[in-house]
Amino acid sequence: MRRRVLGFQCMFPNLGRASPRRRIPLGTITILQWPTEVNLLRTGEELGSRERRVVFVTVGTTCFDALVKAVDSDEVKEALLHKGYTDLLIQMGRGTYMPSKVSGNSTLQVDYFTFSPSIADYIREASLVISHAGSGSILETLQLGKPLIVVVNEDLMDNHQSELAEELANRKHLFCARPQTLQETVEAMELNNLLPYMPGDAKQVVTLISKFLGFPVD
Amino acid sequence: MGLDALAAACCVLPVLLALLAVRFAYVLWRSGQPSSRSPTAGLRCLIVLGSGGHTAEMMNIVTALQKDRFTPRYYVAALTDNMSLQKAQVYEQSLIQSGEKIIKNAHFMQIYRSREVGQSYITSIATTLLATLHAMWLVIRIRPQVIFCNGPGTCFPLCVCAFVLKVLGLGWSSIFYIESIARVKKLSLSGLLLYKLRIADQFYVQWPQLQQKYPRAYYAGRLM
Repeated sequence: MRRRVLGFQCMFPNLGRASPRRRIPLGTITILQWPTEVNLLRTGEELGSRERRVVFVTVGTTCFDALVKAVDSDEVKEALLHKGYTDLLIQMGRGTYMPSKVSGNSTLQVDYFTFSPSIADYIREASLVISHAGSGSILETLQLGKPLIVVVNEDLMDNHQSELAEELANRKHLFCARPQTLQETVEAMELNNLLPYMPGDAKQVVTLISKFLGFPVD
Repeated sequence: MGLDALAAACCVLPVLLALLAVRFAYVLWRSGQPSSRSPTAGLRCLIVLGSGGHTAEMMNIVTALQKDRFTPRYYVAALTDNMSLQKAQVYEQSLIQSGEKIIKNAHFMQIYRSREVGQSYITSIATTLLATLHAMWLVIRIRPQVIFCNGPGTCFPLCVCAFVLKVLGLGWSSIFYIESIARVKKLSLSGLLLYKLRIADQFYVQWPQLQQKYPRAYYAGRLM
């Protein structure tokens, strides 16, 4: 009962707070007529004043078992605990490897789900994001101002994704790693060294296109 | 009788081909020229969406467009792509609900994919042909005046068909290609083809390294 309630809390961290744009994630509706206020109050007491520092792992719409396995390994979980993180939430997409859910004290709480229409809320709740090298995930995380480790999928043919990750890593906006090097990246990372990412603007291109089409310039 | 017809064909064919070549050269030249006349009404747009980051980037561009100048908007996504049209629908719905004077005239269509991710290049030839026929059908139906694309494979048959119609004098569409932000050092296959074949009227890249490598491309900063 306690584990399932905690699991529910992990999946619906905003429950109990007013959140008008809250969308229920797809693929996680396994719970039927779930918690009454009583259960939620119990959860609040249990987690108490412990500040949750969530690591959110996302593979987008892909299958990236190597990353999920690496993140679920004891070494990486130890490294994350050592850095002060308390929870690990894995969005595993089309992956076939199922991580093991963990709950209990003095260990990293682990939970996972497959897909969600929008991961923006999860990113906002997280203290660290570990993502595949998809441009959407990378840019969404950087625009929300969260520290990011990008893990490149070496099994992909024509790995153009790594270009963006490497360029942004060179510009010190994120850390880049491979599934095998994830542990040492976590251990060595200094979040203060990251530079904030200034989002771009589509207006310039739109102005040029409008001008080309003969529209009057504003 | 048969020989006469053959002889006639042999005379007419080179003339036709010559005319086509001249027309082709004219279209190439004219496509690169900015329009001298201001459009009187909104331009009919074809917006090509793609899986992964493509749709997010394209919606970012659509958000910045002046809606009264670029309307009606036709969104096209691949048949196997479930999320892209949804995202576009959500956006168009939000425009109507925001109370601006937006007429509900956005259209959402699907097209056969030329090549699925990971599909072998040999079977891709057959699927690309099918996609091209479907693309021609869509372009004839929509008759877009402006096409926006940013790299998914679905955009190539659409742009080629639009260009062919341009050469045949059956409708003029200005094709704008904005290479994805994920392309830092190399162009995508669609981008490379559209650049080399000069099918796009304007070709935008989002990193200065690419602009140096492909001088006919425009660099106007990152879009995201």
